[in-house]
Amino acid sequence: MELLSGADMIARFLKDEGVEYIYGYPGGAALHIYDALFRQEEVKHILVRHEQAATHMADGYARASGRPGVVLVTSGPGATNAVTGIATAYMDSIPMVVICGQVASHLIGEDAFQETDIVGVTRPIVKHSFSIRHPSEIPEVMRKAFYLAATGRPGPVVIDIPKDMTAPTERYEYVYPKKAKIRSYNPVTRGHTGQIRKAVDMLLKAQRPVLFAGGGVITGRASEALTDLARRLDIPVITSLMGIGAYPQNDRQSLGWPGMHGSYESNMAMHESDLVVGIGVRFDDRVTNNVSKFCPGARIVHIDVDPSSISKTVRADVPIVGAADSVLNEMLGMLSEREQENREALDEWWRRIDGWRGERQGKLYEPAAPGEPLKPQQVIEAVHRATNGDAYVVTDVGQHQMFAAQYYKFNRPNHWISSSGLGTMGYGFPAAMGIKLSYPEEQVVLFTGEGSFQMMMQELSTCKQFGIAVKIINLNNASLGMVRQWQDLNYKSRHAHSYVESMPDFEKLLAAYGFRAITVSNEEDLPAALDATFRSKDELVFLDVHVDPYEHVYPMQVPQGAMRDMLLSKTERT
Amino acid sequence: MRHIISILMENEPGALSRVVGLFSQRNFNIETLNVAPTEDETLSRLTVTTNGDDRIIEQITKHLNKLIDVVKLVDLTEGAHIERELMLVKVKALGSARDEVKRTVDIFRAQIVDVTPSVYTVQITGDAQKLDAFLQAMGPVGVLEVARTGVAGIARGEKLLSIQT
Repeated sequence: MELLSGADMIARFLKDEGVEYIYGYPGGAALHIYDALFRQEEVKHILVRHEQAATHMADGYARASGRPGVVLVTSGPGATNAVTGIATAYMDSIPMVVICGQVASHLIGEDAFQETDIVGVTRPIVKHSFSIRHPSEIPEVMRKAFYLAATGRPGPVVIDIPKDMTAPTERYEYVYPKKAKIRSYNPVTRGHTGQIRKAVDMLLKAQRPVLFAGGGVITGRASEALTDLARRLDIPVITSLMGIGAYPQNDRQSLGWPGMHGSYESNMAMHESDLVVGIGVRFDDRVTNNVSKFCPGARIVHIDVDPSSISKTVRADVPIVGAADSVLNEMLGMLSEREQENREALDEWWRRIDGWRGERQGKLYEPAAPGEPLKPQQVIEAVHRATNGDAYVVTDVGQHQMFAAQYYKFNRPNHWISSSGLGTMGYGFPAAMGIKLSYPEEQVVLFTGEGSFQMMMQELSTCKQFGIAVKIINLNNASLGMVRQWQDLNYKSRHAHSYVESMPDFEKLLAAYGFRAITVSNEEDLPAALDATFRSKDELVFLDVHVDPYEHVYPMQVPQGAMRDMLLSKTERT
Repeated sequence: MRHIISILMENEPGALSRVVGLFSQRNFNIETLNVAPTEDETLSRLTVTTNGDDRIIEQITKHLNKLIDVVKLVDLTEGAHIERELMLVKVKALGSARDEVKRTVDIFRAQIVDVTPSVYTVQITGDAQKLDAFLQAMGPVGVLEVARTGVAGIARGEKLLSIQT
């Protein structure tokens, strides 16, 4: 048995838990913990330049690896700066443990220097939170925090630690707790067999079924089971934005992703379907459009590990509470005893789907003619080719995010990394950094825009300090593109504050940190620039691509319409 | 429809704020709220009355169950149950009204628990409707102050809300 201070217990627990990196920023209330980190070598701390970046780094790492990302910040402003990143992780169900320093116990409630009730502030955006009241609780609370963050429906967990809990003079017994026991928390794994049988029955008989897979398939590591099921039954697969990569997009059965800017064929197919089997999705309002017009002819099977997701927005006819992997495998097991009764209907269904595909073939956008500004879409397609479709692709939020989701094709899970639920501008750059640190041999590409990038560009300094070589593709349209698009469509092109009047010289900006920026404004220069960007995996390169500022993202669902009600270009609608 | 939801939750700081916060975050409504420790010192029992259609009540119970501090809950209105609320009321008791108040207190099987020359303090228990009716009956006399506990409830018969079962 060892006697350790609270601060040393934290450092030791992280090591025993196998945490390689933590992301954070020191300050008064966290200094005992920082001192403990200084006195060990296993857990590496990455010093960010703003605490929000620490949470996004942890988030990016978590999405790519499936393991909780760990953040360490101080009390007060340190903790409140982390709030946006915690909310981002919460909305997308990303496992994260955020350790916040707090003022000493005897000062709590006295409006002490750098005091904030961070447990109170973050209460609506965490899966759970803990306040440490005695140093000896630390190992057990840390165990519970990691367990809660990573199991069931994952999410962020905050641990608030008053400074006196980590004092070097107070030492207690430390044992690494292998298991957490929480009597009120028993996440389900297996679904109800009777319900699963019912769902299988419906799948074998449906005339126009679709599988609709979300982030739950990726966090639940159920891609393989999903792929098996889809192929065995020859059923089209639509993934949500969070589910991109859960099913290979180069496969004939993949219809892409649905919703506001989703593919024409996925929106048409989902609307016309008679059975939607949702797996680890939450039927978000950006997917369903007007819920009362959602899939009028379809029955809904909804599989989710979180019962509160089921029938929240769309009423499920067959609810199945269970982990995606377990439920899908149970379905596969049942298939061997059963005959598929809908082969002919499916042939007809595929004819209709192929018809929808054909209608839009080659009409998605007009590539730039010589001398015209580049289209953002063609830049994404060029990056896809330059990286063999193999990179980790991280985005910020806006038009570039939708274009990246539409035109980069993903064939495996955990490679599409984007703030989908909260839509956090500034997310992308730090998230990409978090991934690159842990996967240095991989290409990590950030698609961003000059609006989003300027929200977190101070992290160039962190990249310099730790040698983090992400590839930044800045789709520079000199305006807040998505805001501008909405203003074009809904506000008679009154561009209220969607124009960024003083753009920095990105080459000089990057040079200030010792990095290279390449500016491209026409098609002829793009291949060479991409070649220079991706030549090595060890150099941060910023590719500033000047693109057409007038381009809109299409398809775009018509507000309050059904899924199939879409604008297809500036002049066409369904 | 009105529902009475009883919750066993960890007797920990912050647990109550998570439950109450959930209602405001998700735009659910709280009509009454009552919370106190139980025979098991690690648990508190919280009883909330709320309004909503089946879909909303389903969401409320699912989201409550998801809170880590919530150990177990029951929607008492799903079965036979007993609900009680306690109310302390100060009423004017002057002149002829003094006798009138006393008579009404007896009719409602309430008790006068404190007396001054001009004021009676009345204690009354029952379901919410009975308490409302008493206040209405006292209306003309003059209700000076009301303190209600909010509803506490329990299922009839052998059904238990307990972590043992």
